[in-house]
Amino acid sequence: MASDEFPIERGHIMLFARSIGDANPIYYDEEAAKQTEPGQIIAPPTFVQASAQFDPDYFLRPKIGKRWFGSGKEASGSNAPAEPAAEGAARTGGGGGGLHAEQHYEYHRPLLPGMVLHSVSKPGKTWEAEGRRAGKLNFSESITEYYDQDDNLVITARSVGVRTERPATQG
Amino acid sequence: MALKASDLKVGDTHSEEICHELSRTQIVMYAGTSGDYNPLHSDDMFTKNAGYPGVFAHGMLTMGMTGRMLTNYVGDGRLTKYGVRFVSQVWPGDTLTAEATVKEVREEDGQQVVDLDIVTKNQDGTPVLTGSATARVD
Repeated sequence: MASDEFPIERGHIMLFARSIGDANPIYYDEEAAKQTEPGQIIAPPTFVQASAQFDPDYFLRPKIGKRWFGSGKEASGSNAPAEPAAEGAARTGGGGGGLHAEQHYEYHRPLLPGMVLHSVSKPGKTWEAEGRRAGKLNFSESITEYYDQDDNLVITARSVGVRTERPATQG
Repeated sequence: MALKASDLKVGDTHSEEICHELSRTQIVMYAGTSGDYNPLHSDDMFTKNAGYPGVFAHGMLTMGMTGRMLTNYVGDGRLTKYGVRFVSQVWPGDTLTAEATVKEVREEDGQQVVDLDIVTKNQDGTPVLTGSATARVD
């Protein structure tokens, strides 16, 4: 995913830390954070995933005034009519057929509140495999570089998505 | 709080229970902060219609919770690399334990680092996430 402007905000970091069940005060308590090695509030290692919030076209967020492919009174499910949102989800595997297979981060400098990131995404490799449960698997890689407002590389992210022939139901 | 290279041996482990009987609400919280509102993770009706038994957690929630085990072990701001594969789904009610194992202690650009293997397993001992990380050590 790519965003032109991803502001790193203290409140967002606190909420994100709660959502991954991380009570480490370095994510919300400025005074406690001063006693740590980084010396200030920092973002958790997987925080840039939240850049989705700042991607105006992110297909897995309901858009105001647009049809959403999730259910209301009825389960629209993966049979949702081909509205723009549903099409986008089907294409990239957000609906019934696609899942996140791998995620890799390289950290070049600390991610701090107050930074405003911008990112550049490019497609990586694609490959096929045969799954035990889900049939044919189509993998595709995407590489995203996150830069701060001074164009310093902060984090490199490599994401692998997989489209499955059938739902992967074992767990 | 940071690890010392001289104290680390290949095969050393650190493990933590990273969630206890994962709630549907925790999954919704993660959707809300990450911005990934894929109905597969919160909308049982949609998910069953798509052929799954029910909602399941974002892989990135498991990666985030596993990251907590890692930063508790190596210290804040010490990771240089962290990568994972999502090998099995995580369902509401699952209790997950994440473990890091020291693979190598080495020098990289004049800095001591530790390479770790990572595995997160559910209550049945089934791996749900495997991966690796590298962190700066003293």
